[in-house]
Amino acid sequence: MKRTLFNLFALLIVLSLALTACGGNATPAPTEAPVVDAPAATDAPAATEAPAAAAEEVTVTIGFTASQTGAQEVSSKRQVNGFNLWMNQVNEAGGLTLSDGTVVKFAAQSYDDESTKERVQELYTRLITEDNADFLISPYSSGLTAAAAVIAEQNGKLMITTGAADDDTYKQGYTGVFQLYTPGSLYLTSTVDMLKTLDPAAKIAIVNESDKFSTAVVGGLKPYAEAAGFEIVLEEAYASDTADFGPIINKIVDSGATVVLGGGHYPDGSTFARQLYERKVGIQFIGILVAPPDSKFSELGDAALGVTGPSQWEGKATHTEEEANGLGIEWFGPSGADFSAAFEAAYGDKPTYHAAGGYTAGLLLEKAIRDADSIDSEAVKAALDATNIFTFYGGIKFDTSAEAHGLQIGHSMVVIQWQKNEAGELVREVVWPADVATKAPIFPIVVP
Amino acid sequence: MQQISLLLASLPDGILLGFVYGVAAMGLTLIWGVMNVINLSHGPIISLGMFGTYMIFIKLGINPYLGLFIVAPIGLLLGILIYTVAVHRVINAPHLSSLLATFSVNMIIIGLGTAAFTTSPFNVDFNMGSVNLGSTTLLGTRLIAALAAIIVTGGLYLFLYQTRPGKNIRAVANNRAAAELMGIPSSRILALSFGLGTMLAAVSGALIATFFPFSILSGGAYELKSFVIGVLGGLGNPIGALVGGLALGILEAIIPAFLETSWVPVIEFGLFILVLLVRPNGLFGAKQ
Repeated sequence: MKRTLFNLFALLIVLSLALTACGGNATPAPTEAPVVDAPAATDAPAATEAPAAAAEEVTVTIGFTASQTGAQEVSSKRQVNGFNLWMNQVNEAGGLTLSDGTVVKFAAQSYDDESTKERVQELYTRLITEDNADFLISPYSSGLTAAAAVIAEQNGKLMITTGAADDDTYKQGYTGVFQLYTPGSLYLTSTVDMLKTLDPAAKIAIVNESDKFSTAVVGGLKPYAEAAGFEIVLEEAYASDTADFGPIINKIVDSGATVVLGGGHYPDGSTFARQLYERKVGIQFIGILVAPPDSKFSELGDAALGVTGPSQWEGKATHTEEEANGLGIEWFGPSGADFSAAFEAAYGDKPTYHAAGGYTAGLLLEKAIRDADSIDSEAVKAALDATNIFTFYGGIKFDTSAEAHGLQIGHSMVVIQWQKNEAGELVREVVWPADVATKAPIFPIVVP
Repeated sequence: MQQISLLLASLPDGILLGFVYGVAAMGLTLIWGVMNVINLSHGPIISLGMFGTYMIFIKLGINPYLGLFIVAPIGLLLGILIYTVAVHRVINAPHLSSLLATFSVNMIIIGLGTAAFTTSPFNVDFNMGSVNLGSTTLLGTRLIAALAAIIVTGGLYLFLYQTRPGKNIRAVANNRAAAELMGIPSSRILALSFGLGTMLAAVSGALIATFFPFSILSGGAYELKSFVIGVLGGLGNPIGALVGGLALGILEAIIPAFLETSWVPVIEFGLFILVLLVRPNGLFGAKQ
């Protein structure tokens, strides 16, 4: 009886795990036409309708969920801190003034999504229907953003996504979702460009987490690397909670690979890097997603040395107005140094790319409202479609085709590598593109 | 042939990890075997064991293996505390009550852990070298963890079968009412059993932290493995749990040699359901 009960419970646990996994990988159903009876103009709360009198002050509500608990907590908090910094700066400066004298100020409405898609969908519905949010910012992570984007699109709300690099969300026929991050399919292409200058004959093992984002990255990486003339000697995906990479590393050795590209998120990426180091298998170059740009990566000690990773933004190689002028693109917003200083003053911590993304999401909305000279969502949407700007975070421009509306096409990644400074401390250096690099890349990695 | 060489290279790692999985599962099955409580705080306690190693090694500079002598008694006391506060009052209530009680403890530990450590992963940069055996590399940390797991299992076996408190635990597990009639203080024995189960979870977490990065949420994966091992091995039987752990570790080493690694959980849990269907008493035939 006891064993039967235990078995039944264990079975229940496993089935619920399996269902969760299935739900987690499900591609959001393509949204058909936005709800007909909810056009943006009539849907907008009274405060956000076109102002009638000069010098009227309106407060625009920006809704989003934050992962205050669960797996995305750390990155999400950084993203929200960045967004809040932008909002506070704008409000403290007196808000935005439109040409008719209307002063626009911003208020945030946010809930804890517990890092789960179910909560995200429930809360974004609430933000739209009960809190009357005028514009939406995405949660952190591709999976949560995909869940939120469905709700935003169904309700005809504009959403700026940040912390979400997966390409698929923007290929569902949506028209009101705009991506700030470089798409996943382009995440490792700059790493391949760099590798071509280091070792054109490298043999690449692609080892990635089998989640939505990492699969999208690999989907772009493989054809790009092959087109660059590299031989892909191993393709291997692993489950998100993989902790033991021993069998995978044995496969890498067996394949004769000299380079490992892939990874997924911080936990698996840092574990993978550590085990590659511990087993001393002679890999000459390691490029993995998400984990290396995190300052905690240095906790790996010598296992971090030489590991590279793509980053959306680095304070050391922040984009500048001169760069924008050189490209003939309009510059908007503060300099990277000003942003970093303000962030450090506000939170006592150096900004990561998550924080820069959160700040720039607000900055982008500000720019679109200024260009539209209105807070009407249709006008703001048209302004976003026409956006082609440069900020400290880099270029921002959206695909406006029906196939991939809202996909980011103006932003490029930098590649960072952990190196040792003169004092022997691990530091994160930008090693690609060459024109913004702070150090030359270490190649091959030397394992003692 | 290539698969065979991969298999031979991966198998030792799987065996070493299996020992540690076994210790984690022992904690869960001991509690269930003695008091019919499914301890849903098992995973977070494994995580606390991991953080125990982190604090002891990184903050205090003490060797992680010496740290086990600190983690183990703290785990024991924590378990007794959890039993006294959350479980004792519902021990005779329907199973759902104890399930909810331990689930609440699970949520409390994760909440406090998130506040204290965030959900960001931590790493214990501790290296014990490695041994090359032909095509495979055995990491020193895993070898020592496996050795520690065997010692813990042996110690638990001796405790349960050779000492009076251990015999009392087995008596209470067999028939609580009869044990009470024989003068065994069942409440204390139940508290001790829960403490021992928690101690084993914490010790397994402390060992895992020496070779894998972790966060406050990491214990969940090992809790799930413990459920599978509980079915494969024996309830309340430390040797059965160790053998179940080994079986799981070996399975995790074998599968990637023949299939893509992402198939590991699919096959692992598929086999688990198969075992439930064809051998409800487990592969290793735990006695009723």
